[in-house]
Amino acid sequence: MVSNAILPKIEVHDLDFYYGEKRALSNINMVILEREITALIGPSGCGKSTFLRCLNRMNETIPGARMQGRVLIDGVDIYSPEIDPVDLRQRVGMVFQKPNPFPQSVYDNVAFGPRILGLTQSRSEEAEMVERSLRQAALWDVVKDSLDENALELSLGEQQRLCIARVLAVEPEVVLMDEPTSALDPIATLEIEDLMTALKSHYTIVVVTHNMQQAARVSDRTGLFWLGELVEFDETDRIFTRPKEERTEAYVTGRVG
Amino acid sequence: MSGGLRAKYDQTYDEIERDVLRLGAMVDQAIRDSLTSLEQRDTALAQQVIDKDEEINALRYQIEEACLALIATQQPTAGDLRAVVSAMNMVVDMERMGDHASGIAKTVILMGDQPLLKPLIDIPRMARLAREMLRSSLEAFAARDAKAARAIAPRDEEMDQLYRAVFDELVEIMAQKPGTVERATYLLWVAHNLERIGDRATNLVERIIFITTGDMRELNV
Repeated sequence: MVSNAILPKIEVHDLDFYYGEKRALSNINMVILEREITALIGPSGCGKSTFLRCLNRMNETIPGARMQGRVLIDGVDIYSPEIDPVDLRQRVGMVFQKPNPFPQSVYDNVAFGPRILGLTQSRSEEAEMVERSLRQAALWDVVKDSLDENALELSLGEQQRLCIARVLAVEPEVVLMDEPTSALDPIATLEIEDLMTALKSHYTIVVVTHNMQQAARVSDRTGLFWLGELVEFDETDRIFTRPKEERTEAYVTGRVG
Repeated sequence: MSGGLRAKYDQTYDEIERDVLRLGAMVDQAIRDSLTSLEQRDTALAQQVIDKDEEINALRYQIEEACLALIATQQPTAGDLRAVVSAMNMVVDMERMGDHASGIAKTVILMGDQPLLKPLIDIPRMARLAREMLRSSLEAFAARDAKAARAIAPRDEEMDQLYRAVFDELVEIMAQKPGTVERATYLLWVAHNLERIGDRATNLVERIIFITTGDMRELNV
């Protein structure tokens, strides 16, 4: 399951995170390789979503939140002053648990980002971009004859794929996913997982999931978070067949929640 | 290991473990009875061993089914997964041990009324060793004791040496007295079956070490 990619895309060094006085993450060190799917698992409240948001500076929008340590993408510290957070969030896109399409047409949902960023020069380039993104999100065949219809008419699974298309339309390098299938039925879940597997040939994917079997199914590497610490981080096959840490064993075998 | 969660899983696995031990007891009895049938020239007992081999086969398949169902429905991982998969593999080795005991019994029937070629000394030793290796393996399996399992592995060396001694002795006898070839060959078959039981026990040891440590490697290479 491990890809041929050996280059680090994201490096996290000595990361601590606080919400006010409360320490949510302690001393996280992690290397995420490019074009792999890295899954982050762990009990509720263990810090995995907080950690995910550190990777595209989404935590900055939270008052009282503060981070120490470094996050490098392609060797560059993303928290250094010369980095524009908006640019960063184009390169490092995010998909959320609850699908959140804009209350607009399917077409406009996908075209919105590229338009704002001036990524396309003409209407036909824009339409090509929309089609390409919808194809990448395995949604084109579903919506190609109804691009003008309101996105909210789509099923939840389709809405989530639309949100993925929206992220892909601005040509990111990394796609972060925070419990992307928690709100979806089992079939839609498997469709998103298949999509993730297809996407990893072009994008680096980091997914937070409380569904352990999902982490086992889709990811190349898995990290277990526990009370704000990164307990173990290894190839997914190893984590699920012979983990090194007792806490990992206890968690993946379902003996503790 | 259980913290209250997954009680159903633990219960189901415990049943599988009990069945594996039960299978071990059946195989142990088969080895014992096959040797008794040889020592006492008891062809009726030999036939019993052969007939009971069906029960050993049936239990092996029952255990495999139970393991398959557990994997499919409960998605065990890590140590749980290693234990279930190992149990599936171990019952195959144990069922083959039963076949070897059955093979000894079949040889006893073939020997019929012919007098024993020589007093049996090393062959019963091999049988005792085989049964000890099997019993120790099952104890180590139940206790998840890799150290105890490893201690069994060198005994296969002992078994090979005994087999070598039996082989050399019987070949010598056959060379000296051609009329003894048939009876000597039967005894060789018995010894060979016991030696194979020892090899199978080494496989069990490898599995037990795998369950506990995640390390998969061949011993006594």
